[in-house]
Amino acid sequence: MTSAASDPAPSGFLARRRLGLRVWWTMLVICLEERLVYRGDFVLGTLMRFLPIVTQVFLWTAVFGATSSGSIAGYSRNDIVAYYLLTMVSRAFSSMPGLASGIARSIRDGSIKKYLVQPVDYVGYLLAARIAHKLVYYAVATLPFAGVFLFCRDYFPPIPDWTTLGAFTLSLVLSFLLGFFMEATLGMLGFWFLEVSSIVFAYMLVQYMLSGHMFPLDMLRDIPTGVAGVSVADVVRFLPFEYTAYFPAAVWLGKVQGAELVRSLVVEAAWVGVMIVACRIAWWRGTRRYSAFGG
Amino acid sequence: MHNSSQPRTNASSATGEPVIEVRGLAKEYRVFDKPEGLLASVTGLFNRKSRVVEALRGVNLQVEKGEFVAMLGPNGAGKTTFLKLLSGIITPTRGAATVLGSVPWERTDDFRRRFALVMGQRNQLWWDLPAAESFRLHKEIYRIDTPRFERTRDELVDLLDVRKLLLRPVRDLSLGERMKLELVAALLHEPEVLFLDEPTIGLDVVAQHSLHRFLAHVQAERQMTVILTTHYMKDVAALCKRLVVVTEGSILYDGSLEQIVDRFTSHKIVTLDLDAPPDPAAIDRLGFPCEIRGPQVILRIDRTRIADVLPGILRGQGVRDVSVEDVPLEEIVAEMFRSGSTAGTDGATGAPR
Repeated sequence: MTSAASDPAPSGFLARRRLGLRVWWTMLVICLEERLVYRGDFVLGTLMRFLPIVTQVFLWTAVFGATSSGSIAGYSRNDIVAYYLLTMVSRAFSSMPGLASGIARSIRDGSIKKYLVQPVDYVGYLLAARIAHKLVYYAVATLPFAGVFLFCRDYFPPIPDWTTLGAFTLSLVLSFLLGFFMEATLGMLGFWFLEVSSIVFAYMLVQYMLSGHMFPLDMLRDIPTGVAGVSVADVVRFLPFEYTAYFPAAVWLGKVQGAELVRSLVVEAAWVGVMIVACRIAWWRGTRRYSAFGG
Repeated sequence: MHNSSQPRTNASSATGEPVIEVRGLAKEYRVFDKPEGLLASVTGLFNRKSRVVEALRGVNLQVEKGEFVAMLGPNGAGKTTFLKLLSGIITPTRGAATVLGSVPWERTDDFRRRFALVMGQRNQLWWDLPAAESFRLHKEIYRIDTPRFERTRDELVDLLDVRKLLLRPVRDLSLGERMKLELVAALLHEPEVLFLDEPTIGLDVVAQHSLHRFLAHVQAERQMTVILTTHYMKDVAALCKRLVVVTEGSILYDGSLEQIVDRFTSHKIVTLDLDAPPDPAAIDRLGFPCEIRGPQVILRIDRTRIADVLPGILRGQGVRDVSVEDVPLEEIVAEMFRSGSTAGTDGATGAPR
């Protein structure tokens, strides 16, 4: 009954990794099962997300109807519709509904204690839960997505080459990680503030504008910052936000290519790295603070 | 309070090797008072008034392997704070503690695999899933190999008779059923140390009883070290030989159940059943504090004098039946709670050193 007898102490680094991965896999499966409990609500929520795109298409049709030129900032009406549909795909990967507020809630109501007492990594658990969330979402949303894309296929340029498709896929995976670690870090502010909903709201607002969710970000190219010929788009390019919506869409549409594509992917990966570190630091300092003042 | 003069009553199960050592453990919280009223709320935005609350004021405790210790105290006495410190959820303001040789608030995985904490209503079980799923996750988290997992699970599940509940979503279970499954989850990895924070709160008598039986059995069989906090005397009487009474963040008493009676009461309760309701004046003449309930008389008689006075009383009044009992534990403890910290300073009790 001593722990030495009951716990086969994993020897090497790899063995420990493998055990960690097994815990994580079990969490993923259990999160999947949990997700499926509320499948009705989930299906409805998923389908409702298609509504905004319809209003966007109408809005831009009206905008293009009002201008005499056939293009705005290099976008034709078709380009715009294709762009919005593609940002929907980006956001299907990068958006994290309820993540930050969920973390803050578990800090406030004390359910976070479980993760302090058990030998388990909270961030790893959240990641498993979120992947499960996304997998169920894709299972539900793939069909309607396919339908919409098929219906709107005339708006799209020809399907890009394999390199672009690869870069697109990579940018989506990175956008998932970026979105996850940004929101997780935000949620951990709950260790310092009782309520984070207004912070999350402010973040959403900035995110909405600077991610390209609201309009294609290259429209900012002609807006100068007033400093040595640098445009607003040049600044935004170095922020993490555009990688959660604009960037994958721009890759598909062939707006980012060659060396610029590589550089942008590197910047995106770097942001993922920065946010992973930020999230770890927030967790580490947050739990220390929680231990000292709260509990 | 664990000096050598104090007999260790549960020496039969304890092996003499300290599993929990606590020295001068203190925890202070800073709380912000929000005064009543809108105006006060507005001024409070700029000038928040805070004060320090001492949840725990320098507690010393040593628990040996295999001991089952009850911590008894009113709400806000510091019991839960104490368990949170020992499970590493919070860090102390002062003092030191080791559990199984580790400092709890360092939260090493190695340490966390060797103990379990069950906090009243807070669930380790997944709300929307059957408990069997949560158990499966615990199996991985605590790295329990499959044969051992199945053996332990089956044993615990049979002891509590909850096999038919395993596949039902936890949200559909009653409070008592949930508590039982929480305990199974906590014991799957065979922790060496178990902290129970008010496990019987809100349970009916039958559920309390079956929980008591289960805990007593598992603790004895596994030689597990258990600290249980409660404010029910029933829990204490059913489970623990060692009792720690806490009020206002200090230990008032640490010792055996029997001793608390000896030490804190000077009298016994003598109940006489008479043929007919007695004459109050005659009873008063006996010279003891008394209570008359119809034909029944309850007297409080000094322990040292009982042998001398009882024969006289029995001869006098047409007594049909008599019983001599100790003061009920509830009464002693309630009295200790009331006298609170003042009683803790008189040296005879387990005042914090």
